[in-house]
Amino acid sequence: MQMSLEATEIKMNQENAVRDIYLPPERKKISGGGVPHVVAKNFSIYYGEFEAVKKVNADILSKYVTAIIGPSGCGKSTFLRAINRMNDLIPNCHTTGALMFDGEDVYGKFTDEVLLRKKIGMVFQKPNPFPKSIFDNIAYGPRLHGVKDRKALEAIVEKSLRKAALWDEVSDRLDKNALGLSGGQQQRLCVARTLAVEPEILLLDEPTSALDPKATAKIEDLIQELRGSYTIMIVTHNMQQASRVSDSTMFFYEGVLVEHAPTAQLFTRPKDQMTEDYITGRFS
Amino acid sequence: MNLGTRKLLDRSFTALGFGSIVIMGLALLVVLVPIVSNGLGAIVFRGTIEHRKLLYSEFRRGDANELEKEEALSNEYRQNVFTMLSAFENEMAQMDDAERDRYQASYDQVKGSLRALFGPVPGDTQPELTRFCYGQTRWDKAEEKLHNLLYEQKWDYSNPDVIAKPYDVSRATTFAGTSLVRLFPYVEQNLDKMLLPEWTFYWGFITDSSLDAHFFGGIWPEVQGTIFLAIGAMLFAFPLGVIAAVYFTEYARDGFLTSMLRSANSTLAGVPSIVFGLFGLAFFINTLHVSESKSVLAGSLTLAIMILPTIIRAAEEAILAVPKTYKEASLSLGSTKWNTIMTVILPAALPGILTGGVISLGRAAGETAPIIFTAAVSVGTAIGLGDVLSSPTPALSWNIYNLASEHEAAAEIRHVQYGMVLSLVMIVLLLNLSAIVLRARISKKLKG
Repeated sequence: MQMSLEATEIKMNQENAVRDIYLPPERKKISGGGVPHVVAKNFSIYYGEFEAVKKVNADILSKYVTAIIGPSGCGKSTFLRAINRMNDLIPNCHTTGALMFDGEDVYGKFTDEVLLRKKIGMVFQKPNPFPKSIFDNIAYGPRLHGVKDRKALEAIVEKSLRKAALWDEVSDRLDKNALGLSGGQQQRLCVARTLAVEPEILLLDEPTSALDPKATAKIEDLIQELRGSYTIMIVTHNMQQASRVSDSTMFFYEGVLVEHAPTAQLFTRPKDQMTEDYITGRFS
Repeated sequence: MNLGTRKLLDRSFTALGFGSIVIMGLALLVVLVPIVSNGLGAIVFRGTIEHRKLLYSEFRRGDANELEKEEALSNEYRQNVFTMLSAFENEMAQMDDAERDRYQASYDQVKGSLRALFGPVPGDTQPELTRFCYGQTRWDKAEEKLHNLLYEQKWDYSNPDVIAKPYDVSRATTFAGTSLVRLFPYVEQNLDKMLLPEWTFYWGFITDSSLDAHFFGGIWPEVQGTIFLAIGAMLFAFPLGVIAAVYFTEYARDGFLTSMLRSANSTLAGVPSIVFGLFGLAFFINTLHVSESKSVLAGSLTLAIMILPTIIRAAEEAILAVPKTYKEASLSLGSTKWNTIMTVILPAALPGILTGGVISLGRAAGETAPIIFTAAVSVGTAIGLGDVLSSPTPALSWNIYNLASEHEAAAEIRHVQYGMVLSLVMIVLLLNLSAIVLRARISKKLKG
């Protein structure tokens, strides 16, 4: 059912020339990356009658960081949450057009949304660790997917916490309740928890909006660390953050994808007048 | 509004709130103080030698040698009373019929009062009912009975326009000039030596079975019946209620059917409990034949139906109070809905669900009406766990009503009634306390 990354790469190879325009020329290319991982074609999302996201066409390239910016209510979070079907929780929400992940239709009739969410992890705006121990938080996903062995779980927990740059801070209190951590630590714990189920894509929905600048910097460093290992999409209100961490940036306005370009280009030479107005702060 | 008025308003509202709290506290005191003080009287009281005799011969508790010594001591004094009785009987035998008739009725009353104090008097045959085998077991009751011995109650009918008033006539005047007149001061002065009262802590009140319809003994059958019924009700209602709440909150779509179900649930919560009682009789016993007649099973089912709406409500609120972010986090990790409910939502909602459950348990323990027709009997022995499917049981709530209103000698056993009330209040209080402790513990664990 799933197509391997390589197969997708070959399939998409012919079109790669076009897609390369999203990649930042000045950054080092990531080997094995740059393949369209998520592809939206005329993809619209409706809340009842209201069209929140309008006919988006976009390619999200594998292993790179894609930022989504735009004013409040522009549909950027809605678009992000559509990718791992978190919008299913909202009654009356439906979609038209196509959203492909690894060549599979995300909204296909036979798509297993549970399996899909395992591959497309998500970190939310507010840190939301479970009211369990740090260990149990990280082990929650692996346990769900059948890892029972304590040794294996311990290995996964350590690996995930190291990847999320949290291991050194919490290694001596893994059995303590996760709600006792600071906000920034909690958010990195949520990243670690997501990484523990070994997703291919990491969706970050304004992950730093509830954090102080110091914790924000740590999360941004973390995103840089993870770049190249995971396809990362980050919704952010903070344009400096988008320019710091992302390779390409999408600008949404009133549900329309106005511009999608390499970050450096979008912030210095935007093609669209609206984009320019937004990034220069003429409206927000 | 100027500052002065605002401060005045603020202060008067504070006073109003404080005042209402004080009134509530006082009301609680007015209710609780008599319950506790009178109820404790069933357990801590001045027990007479008759109480110790009873304990020894009915429950084999107490020191036989000690009791024998005490008995010898008290019989020494009682013997004088009995001698006086036989002396007077001889005297009566020599009276003419008219004179004898004058004394006979009052003399029978004297003998009755003495039986009430000391048990059977010499010459009596061994009584069949346990209540007549012993004298007064409690000193406070003995003092009342002493009054009956010393005074005869008569009614003043002299004024036909008002209701007759009772007045006491000393029996010493009735029997003036006979040999019996010495008996009254003698008993009055030596009652304590004949009954040997001492402070007793009768813990058996909770654990003993009752003797002769609660004249003596404890309330264990009632306590046990109450526990069986309440736990039985929870066994049915708790799982059902939690599952229903999960359905309402997680699975049901908002629609006509769901809102109908919800309002049906709310309506059910407001139905008077006697209706549930009749329903239980009509449905569980007469229609489903879960048991041939009253049984703990039928009572538990009826109570379960009664507390079900409360449990559903509490569980629903607890589940709705779980932050949505937990659910999102779990689902985003590739968890199924079922798994999310079992591993994240229910554990987080557990304190609230348990609180609702234990409060319902307390209610099930205290309700009377639902078990009248389905489970409760007035007098009975403690049933075994194996009999719950078919046997009825005495229960505290029902027996409190029964002993206070329908018992043949309700006034004689006030202490048992109060003791039952206190026991029921304590059981419910303990259940609620345990709910609070449980909730605090789990919340603490969840909050870290």
